[in-house]
Amino acid sequence: MVETLQNLALGFSVALTPGVIFYAFVGCVVGTLVGVLPGIGPLAGISLLLPATFGLDATRAIVMLAGIYYGAMYGGSTTSILMRIPGEAASVMTCIDGYAMARKGRAGAALAIAAVGSYVAGTVSVVALMFLAPPLAAFALRFGPPEYFALLVLGLLVLAYMSGGSMLKALAMAALGLLLGMIGIDQMTGYFRFAYGVVELGDGIGVVPVAVGLFGLAEILATAGLATPPAVIKPKLRELLPSRQEWRQSAWPIGRGTVLGFLIGIVPGSAHIISSFVSYAIERRLSKHPEEFGRGAVAGVAGPESANNSATSGAFVPMLALGVPSGPIPAVMLAAMMVHGVSPGPLLIKQQPELFWGFIASMYVGNVVLLILNLPLVGVFVNLLRVPYPVLYPSILVFCVLGVYAVNGSVVDVWIMLAMGALGYVLRKLDFETAPIVLGVILAPMIEMAFRQSLAMSDGQYAILVTRPIAGTLLAVGGVLALLGLKPLVARGLDWRARLALAGKGEERL
Amino acid sequence: MLTTDRVAGAALTLLALGVVWESRKLPLGSLSRPGPAYMPVVLAAVLLVFGVALAATGGRAMKLAAVSFAEWRHAVAIFAVCAFAAFALERLGYRATVAVTLAFMLGVVEKRGVVFTAAFALALAIGSFLLFDTVLRVPLPRGPFGL
Repeated sequence: MVETLQNLALGFSVALTPGVIFYAFVGCVVGTLVGVLPGIGPLAGISLLLPATFGLDATRAIVMLAGIYYGAMYGGSTTSILMRIPGEAASVMTCIDGYAMARKGRAGAALAIAAVGSYVAGTVSVVALMFLAPPLAAFALRFGPPEYFALLVLGLLVLAYMSGGSMLKALAMAALGLLLGMIGIDQMTGYFRFAYGVVELGDGIGVVPVAVGLFGLAEILATAGLATPPAVIKPKLRELLPSRQEWRQSAWPIGRGTVLGFLIGIVPGSAHIISSFVSYAIERRLSKHPEEFGRGAVAGVAGPESANNSATSGAFVPMLALGVPSGPIPAVMLAAMMVHGVSPGPLLIKQQPELFWGFIASMYVGNVVLLILNLPLVGVFVNLLRVPYPVLYPSILVFCVLGVYAVNGSVVDVWIMLAMGALGYVLRKLDFETAPIVLGVILAPMIEMAFRQSLAMSDGQYAILVTRPIAGTLLAVGGVLALLGLKPLVARGLDWRARLALAGKGEERL
Repeated sequence: MLTTDRVAGAALTLLALGVVWESRKLPLGSLSRPGPAYMPVVLAAVLLVFGVALAATGGRAMKLAAVSFAEWRHAVAIFAVCAFAAFALERLGYRATVAVTLAFMLGVVEKRGVVFTAAFALALAIGSFLLFDTVLRVPLPRGPFGL
């Protein structure tokens, strides 16, 4: 405890330097914009802005990118409440009761509850991250290649299990991502695989063009030709204060959303999205007035908004402590850290304590910045939505091309982005989730390396993957999840993932 | 009956078979000493299983004919413009490429006024170049005319 507080003091000595505060602020502002603007979510936002951090040192770069991530979580609620358009996927549930509150003249209160809930959840979950990551990292020092192989396979299986809709489809997408990750030089033998003479493919397919293509370009391809969004409800500043009853109604949902979001965030999967769905379902089940849900229930805003922000911090736990991304956004963050010469994993906390604890402390600072940004300045951000989408999307496209090109200075990456955009567009139409592809691309080289190192360790004996206690346990858990996930193929009726997918499409409420 | 899952399953199956076919150019190795083709073949086999399973169980999925492609003209135009941008980026330079791309997108695809289109395209092309190349020092390509 004392050691943690001393480390946190070290972190604040880094985070409170003017340079770090400035980049935390910039990240939060940009993240809020990313969250507010429909069509560009946190994943594409972080990917696009990665090149802008090249001139920064690792701490400032990571602080800024993390600011974009949780800024987007905050910002996503604004369009959900005022326009019934989720700025990013995790805000889908906020649309239901947030917009209903806005129509009843409580837009300001809904925004304030979302912002305060996000602040409380963000701050509390950073405390949890601070206490959980170091012991987990110490435990992970026992991991060898077989354990890492098992952990990575488990990560993919959990992601597929936690995805809404069919696990079979999610696993197929993960396999597709892993195959894409096989492109490039084989790390152990030096053979070029599937490069067809394109030298730039030697380093493999980058996660940035894949993420921007699947999430940014595909979104624009699918939405640019659609009708313009509905009018914005404009809250007045004096309406921002919720009533005493609204505060009372939001207290427990915020608390529950915080705990739930953090726990779900640690588990691999699209944590921030799932956590908001689950939180909404729980709040409705626990409510004495479930009939109010869908008609402006305060708990329907407070719970999901707290949960998705808490999940953001939770997702950093496996990434920082184990070096294993738990979803597509942490995967891009991991890639960004590697670009800056930082290797997340068990040794990060010991070898670069200033970076780790500075990052943790900057999250406290970022949450305060976001609370300040999201209440008085909400009108400024909402004004952005007045820019017509036919003008906005060409600008976003330019930044897609620029961001992808700038990572490696390679046009090949832009072509990869285009291919992924077309693939993402078709997959959306066919109702496939694309997040497992991104995770597959970044995990493929790690899984292959861990697998082959394991076999080298055991002189070709596959038993090493199941006889070592940690690896065996992780693979057994993965096997159980795979069986549970594939159960709907033989059983009748909808399981919870199918219901989640339906709710996501607005066809059924949880 | 053609459903989305069946079409996707068939496409994934074909892709898996293609990967297996292409992998024959690389050493497969053995079970105990995997070569560079080993993992791709294993993954392709996994994808093959999923693809076949999807095609086999996809009868209850949405009918392919029910999928709306109402925005396809926009999507094709945007895709073509992006392809032009990728082709021209290092040949014409960043600013010229972005200006032309935006002008086409706003003027032709979105049918905005000439003055607005020209002003917006030039402002964004020059402004984003200044921000990223000059201020943030991210090197962006300059074409034959220094643009």
